[in-house]
Amino acid sequence: MRRLTFARSAAVIALAGALAACSTTRTSSGPASVSAGAPAEDPYPSTYERYPGVPTALVGATVFDGAGGRIENGTVLFADGAVVAIGGPSLPIPASYTRIDGTGKFVTPGVIDIHSHLGDYPTPSVAAHSDGNEATSPTTPEVWAEHSVWPQDPGFSRALVNGGVTTLQILPGSANLMGGRSVTLRNVPSRTVQGMKFPGAPYSLKMACGENPKRVYGGRNQLPSTRMGNFAVNRQTWIDAQIYAADETPTRNLANETLTDVLAGDIMVQNHCYRADEMALVLDMADEFGYHVTAFHHAVEAYKIADLLREHDVCSAVWADWYGFKMEAYDAIPENAALIHNAGACVVIHSDDQNGIQRLNQEAAKAQADGRRIGIDIPDEQVISWFTLNAARAMGIDEQTGSLATGKMADVVLWNGDPLSIYSRPEMVWLDGALMYDANDPARRPVSDFELGQPGEGDTK
Amino acid sequence: MSARLLLAAASLLAIALPSSAQDIAITHATVALGDGSAPIEGATVVVRGGRVVSAGAGVAVPAGMRAVDGTGMWVTPGLFASITNLGLSDVDAVDESSDVSADGSPFSAALDVSPVINSAAQDIAISRAGGITRASVTPEAGSEIFAGQGALINLGLGRTPVTDPRAFQLVELGERGAQLSGGSRTSAHAMLRNALIEASSFAAAAQLTGIPASRDLQTPGDLTTDPRVAGRGVRETDVMLTRFDAAALVPVVSGQQKLYVRVQRASDILAALELTEIFPDLDLVLVGATEGWMVADAIAAAGVPVIAAALNDLPESFERLAATQSNIGRMVDAGVTVGIGGYESSGDHPRSLPQMAGNLVAVARMPGAAGLTEGTGTLAAGAPGDVVLWDGDPLELSSAPVRVFIEGVEQPLDNHQTRLRDRYRSLDESTLPRGMVR
Repeated sequence: MRRLTFARSAAVIALAGALAACSTTRTSSGPASVSAGAPAEDPYPSTYERYPGVPTALVGATVFDGAGGRIENGTVLFADGAVVAIGGPSLPIPASYTRIDGTGKFVTPGVIDIHSHLGDYPTPSVAAHSDGNEATSPTTPEVWAEHSVWPQDPGFSRALVNGGVTTLQILPGSANLMGGRSVTLRNVPSRTVQGMKFPGAPYSLKMACGENPKRVYGGRNQLPSTRMGNFAVNRQTWIDAQIYAADETPTRNLANETLTDVLAGDIMVQNHCYRADEMALVLDMADEFGYHVTAFHHAVEAYKIADLLREHDVCSAVWADWYGFKMEAYDAIPENAALIHNAGACVVIHSDDQNGIQRLNQEAAKAQADGRRIGIDIPDEQVISWFTLNAARAMGIDEQTGSLATGKMADVVLWNGDPLSIYSRPEMVWLDGALMYDANDPARRPVSDFELGQPGEGDTK
Repeated sequence: MSARLLLAAASLLAIALPSSAQDIAITHATVALGDGSAPIEGATVVVRGGRVVSAGAGVAVPAGMRAVDGTGMWVTPGLFASITNLGLSDVDAVDESSDVSADGSPFSAALDVSPVINSAAQDIAISRAGGITRASVTPEAGSEIFAGQGALINLGLGRTPVTDPRAFQLVELGERGAQLSGGSRTSAHAMLRNALIEASSFAAAAQLTGIPASRDLQTPGDLTTDPRVAGRGVRETDVMLTRFDAAALVPVVSGQQKLYVRVQRASDILAALELTEIFPDLDLVLVGATEGWMVADAIAAAGVPVIAAALNDLPESFERLAATQSNIGRMVDAGVTVGIGGYESSGDHPRSLPQMAGNLVAVARMPGAAGLTEGTGTLAAGAPGDVVLWDGDPLELSSAPVRVFIEGVEQPLDNHQTRLRDRYRSLDESTLPRGMVR
């Protein structure tokens, strides 16, 4: 019997309340339903429910808690979907708990990818599946990524079994300056996207600067065709959103509903931006209109302005070493993450890739090593946070997941070795305390509808 | 892994020894010979005159030879990256910087990367710093199923990069081939058969007297340009290939030049293997072969080597439904000679080769999966002195090359990235802008 997870912890309740409030910010008088111009609250609500699990004790492993802590010979207890306690070998284990010996193994929180297109650019990557860019207008804040997600994308299962990914944010693409709303998903097989939606997760607005928007629209001889055009369109769009926000009785407009919530601080901003100089301009634009950039994604030049990013409390979601594939990636360096971290700014390792999402731990390890070679020593337990708690923070779900702490969701990966080593893979993965992957049990391996009856069905991947 | 493949490549090399080759011994290191044997701890590698003289435990350092203490470090052969675009582009998405494909060209099989490889490209410097010492460079198909002729290169600084021009011809016979040939694999196969028959006719057409071989037609390497391409004789009128393209396929149909066939689907692999029934001299290599594991026995029986991507495990297209990271391991288990190669996505880079190989070792440890335990290349006596000294296990994520030698010549490891790194190690601009810091 599955049970609802909404009441799992006080934190979740508090956040759900905050989110409910956020969608009515603009029309603060009375319930949303009585205002003709008000948006419905949460019109495509999450139906995700955690699967059954058994009270479990992971013992003897090295535990990285995701928040910078490390426990040798650690004990992790979880039950009823939540982490009960973590500690050392002396932590008492209730008799009813199933013990799993983790000697020689490692435990981390579930891996989180802040930048994925799984589901909206699913495999097979045929044109009929290309649902990630509404590239018909340079600003489309009205579109929601969740309306494109195909839950049968086989990529979800690869991210789970090879990458230990338990939560991921699906973003619209970067063809547009404002690409639309993100959706945060639980990485659980589901017949519907609603069945994957992370309960209570806030929305983000995907924005993009630089080459892509100006190339897509400039190629059609329309605004924007230049970087200055990018800014002009953005600024005018924000001005229009401010006018909409000030209107007591607006005619409903999906685009402005999203933008208004951004201006109110209720929707986060995930901004694709490669170059340092452009990031600095975006920060001024955010100040000009009163919103906050949560994270710059693909910020390959963040190392040039790490001080500025720290001062503005902006995360950098980066690859370890992607380089040179486009002009604005020409100054990418593999020490980027370490230099950002060393400056005191927030690092998130992201994938933007259906293959890279299977190896976020490896990417973090490479970035750590590149730092070490220039004298920046970042302890393993902090590097783990790059693909767990830091990602959760930049997605607004750090009260629920991202670290192993009492009361948080029991999203847990048992690795067969050090997750920062090339030789390690997830052995078992739990979502909300339910075992959703076990390398030794083919019955605990998701196979999407698409793969049934096809060559390679159910294979190790 | 690619041990046997690289041996094949190395044996082709007519190595001109560089004048600045250093004689050097690396001692007390963990040495991976690259022949599949276990790493040897406390071993010594001796390089003299640009070649490996000896490698292993108990090897003495010749009197007077400079010795490098490799304690705590690893030594491997230089890595060989297969199916790369190294030296063909500066920025992939900047068309004007890229010579990877030529979809507006009237030529296809005749296209030859060897004169246009830029040894100063950043990608080559970055790959060199990653321990890549040699690579195969291929054009990509633009207008026809034939991509053109690829070359083998040496990544050593300041030298002519091409060691083996026209080492292979690449043809697309899967979905891409169907697209390029008019919309169907049927057309791709008809195009290929027609082209090889036209090449045979061209080779046999005595009336196509060429002008005498001149200096202009001589290019380095073991395959010289057929003088008849500049001849005056008239070919049959019922031909599809240009004279240049037909001439370029003569060494393919005669088996002098390898034919790399890019296919992914199991049925396409079998169809490719059957080409030798009609054209018995073809020297086939399968490229891609995502579903190779499904027909591994047939590939092994045909004795055809494979160059495959290491980590494809998604049904990216309908010709890759059975993709799995066990593909290479299963083919190796079936007796197929396999090399890792192909860098398809924005994040793939030749310098990630050790990470790809390391993942295949990790895969081998997963229940129901197949992976690898072998290494790349070889440090056998007489092999070219391509040696990489690593600060740890070369497959491990935390490791990187410390020193790289190509034919005994120590290579610089700096590049655009390292200069940026050094400039921005500090952001202090209290006295000068970062733009003046070098």
